[in-house]
Amino acid sequence: MTKLDSKIPAGHISEKWTNHKFNMKLVNPANKRKFEIIVVGTGLAGASAAASLGELGYKVKAFTFHDSARRAHSISAQGGINASKNYQNDGDSTYRLFYDTVKGGDFRSREANVYRLAEVSGNIIDQCVAQGVPFAREYGGVLDNRSFGGAQVSRTFYARGQTGQQLLLGAVSALNRQIDNGSVKLFTRREMLDLVIVDGAAKGIVCRNLLTGEIEKYSAHAVVLATGGYANVFFLSTNAMNCNATAIWRAHKRGAYFANPCFTQIHPTCLPLHGDSQSKLTLMSESLRNDGRVWVSKKKGDMRNPNDIPEDERDYYLERKYPSFGNLSPRDISSRAAKEVCDEGRGVKGGHAVYLDFRDAINRLGKHVIEERYGNLFEIYETITGEHPYEYPMMIYPAPHYTMGGLWVDYNLMSNVPGLFILGEANFSDHGANRLGASALMQGLADGYFVIPYTMGNYLAGDKPTFVNTDHPEFDKVANGVRDLTNKLLSIKGKRTVDDIHKHLGRIMWNKVGMARNEKGLKEAVDEIRELKTEFWKNVTIPGSGDDVNQTLERAGRLVDYFELGELMAIDALDRNESCGGHFREEYQFEDGEAKRNDEKYSYVSAWEFTGENKWILHKEPLEFEYVKPAIRSYK
Amino acid sequence: MEAKKLNLTLQIWRQKNSKSVGSFVEYKVQVSPDASFLEMLDEINNELEAKDQEAIHFESDCREGICGTCGLVINGRPHGPLQKIATCQLHMRNFKDGETIWVEPFRAKAFPVIKDLMVDRSGFDKILQAGGYVSVNTGGVPDANSIPIAKDQASLAMDAAACIGCGACVAACKNASAVLFVSAKVSQYALLPQGQPERYRRVERMVKVMDELGFGSCTNTYACEAECPKGISVSNIARMNREYVLAKVKSKEIVD
Repeated sequence: MTKLDSKIPAGHISEKWTNHKFNMKLVNPANKRKFEIIVVGTGLAGASAAASLGELGYKVKAFTFHDSARRAHSISAQGGINASKNYQNDGDSTYRLFYDTVKGGDFRSREANVYRLAEVSGNIIDQCVAQGVPFAREYGGVLDNRSFGGAQVSRTFYARGQTGQQLLLGAVSALNRQIDNGSVKLFTRREMLDLVIVDGAAKGIVCRNLLTGEIEKYSAHAVVLATGGYANVFFLSTNAMNCNATAIWRAHKRGAYFANPCFTQIHPTCLPLHGDSQSKLTLMSESLRNDGRVWVSKKKGDMRNPNDIPEDERDYYLERKYPSFGNLSPRDISSRAAKEVCDEGRGVKGGHAVYLDFRDAINRLGKHVIEERYGNLFEIYETITGEHPYEYPMMIYPAPHYTMGGLWVDYNLMSNVPGLFILGEANFSDHGANRLGASALMQGLADGYFVIPYTMGNYLAGDKPTFVNTDHPEFDKVANGVRDLTNKLLSIKGKRTVDDIHKHLGRIMWNKVGMARNEKGLKEAVDEIRELKTEFWKNVTIPGSGDDVNQTLERAGRLVDYFELGELMAIDALDRNESCGGHFREEYQFEDGEAKRNDEKYSYVSAWEFTGENKWILHKEPLEFEYVKPAIRSYK
Repeated sequence: MEAKKLNLTLQIWRQKNSKSVGSFVEYKVQVSPDASFLEMLDEINNELEAKDQEAIHFESDCREGICGTCGLVINGRPHGPLQKIATCQLHMRNFKDGETIWVEPFRAKAFPVIKDLMVDRSGFDKILQAGGYVSVNTGGVPDANSIPIAKDQASLAMDAAACIGCGACVAACKNASAVLFVSAKVSQYALLPQGQPERYRRVERMVKVMDELGFGSCTNTYACEAECPKGISVSNIARMNREYVLAKVKSKEIVD
């Protein structure tokens, strides 16, 4: 059995990264231009990595399936980005951000990685400001902060409700600068469909040109995947329509281990489902919980208009159950609490929704203050629902949002395949079993700006990888495999549409591998997913051809990977006989319904090796907690 | 508890590729008023695919009005009849039962049609790649609070930076001008201290590339502002014009 080497440097946690930076090998400036690097994905992690590597002098090829780097889904992040600047003088520090993140992740993340994340968090804000990111400011001209879930300090930096947009435009501006000076070449409308490994190391990728259908080969000394998460396995999620797992999944099938696939985050504040034709679920920023109060009626099936329900008949259940964190309890806990009250029949009019109410905040602060803080979010809500949150409380319900699992990486963010690096949401390392709000932007930019520029040099100088040309037979073999898959998909000519089958998969995943899971349901899910996959290969219909723009074919290719990924998520959830963070197994809970972790048996990272259809081998990376001692995670 | 469905006739632009000639094709639909416009198109596509017919190609991604990927001309207006929203945020409750709706791609010389309702807007990125940034390398920057910026000034810069790069301004303009888009980026940096060192060089380079790409001239009709999903103000255009004139003067001073 392969031993997973996390390569955590020795020494005190506060010195690990500093020492490691000194000990890592360097590539001299004149030699950097001899190395080529492929970066797939242009979100926060990918754009910041490609820009920073280009600045150092490497020859970078960046890829995105979008028409422009700026469209990556990082752009949709609303609320903010955490950093332990302690500008508020409220007791924040690197150590506190580290502590909050390890605890928030329910003790299933790697301490050393999390500490490094906290350590570079301040640099990220400096970098973004220097690029001209227009963060919110105080009258004195300094940066403003707001609070987010799972923390008792105010450490979230924001740009109205569009923080992700502004950070991404900043990172993309850095990328554009490198494109301008020729160190990065950007390939748009290319979808990575396979990874090329030669002599055990990553040497390139195979893409489909989405405009011409051409299958293209690209080679490099190293490959970086920053392709985001896989919440669209649920069909309905807060992810953008085109977010997908294909790049990381195909790398997994080529040998990269997939870690903690069952750790998915169900975000508590999304708009409830309205009908069968719905294409996605819209997120309402967690920042709303700074001033909004979450409640339901104390009565079951209460059909009254919310404003007619008197104060003493309302149950502010988060404030009641978790008095110290209240409405800012972490996401996993808030989502489960919402499910619980709705399962009891106390949701809005007996259905699947709870209220998020700004009445008290408006009375306390005035409408203009609330408008300044959340105006654009209220507008989004009104556009979609036709209701006015200044007058009626918002209705919200949890929805799949973020995936903590991803490809396994060591401390250098390299997978078990030499030369294959994974950044941002696509890797697994920093958020454990639950991510805190405003930490995804932080991690994406930490990985891209401040980690990969160092660890990439160490790989190139230390391992001295060779450059393999795209005329190598392995490139042709992989490219032919991709062509065969395309032709096979187009030849099925069945009756069911891609979306119809994807929605079916989504229902299985949501009902059985969603917010609450149990052994029986998970076993059923595995069987049902396999059946559905068999049906797909017999009965899907994909009109159009492979040598033209074909959006149906693109979606079908992504769905192919979701079947296998969905199955592995269920298998991983079955293996983990405990409840932790976003993974809640109904069999493992305390009497009051809180998650029951089992540190003795499950304090490990599950890293799955793909060995053939429906077959995986589990490798375990034990987690050691030297600094933050695992305890029952209480927000009471 | 779904509301009563609307019966609509859609006239949708179909075009096989950039070289072929397109035309409107009629589709009759029944749709929930709670569905979004793009969800209605999803439903039509689902029905077409079930009959082994090619889907109507259109682009969208976040469906929250922030990524700028979507963009249709609906009844002659980019992003449809409502103000300050992107196409993906338009809901069917804004249409009447029995209505006929005309759906076209964004049309501009610099935005060639790729297929059906998809267009090529890569010109926008070419403009941004000609100086639409602040030249700072990763690391080696000052502490964030060492660059104080007045709240109102930061807010003005944010107003300009809110542009989503969808191209509705170009589609709305009778000259297919891109000045609202370009001026928003120029303004963001011109308003901030970080943008000062490259202030004049930036505006000159960006305007030059914009002109080379075949975008038209601005004749102050303000159609761009009216159709902008983010309400980007035409005052940015005035600012860019001032910056451009100043740049010409300054660069002459440097040469002299």
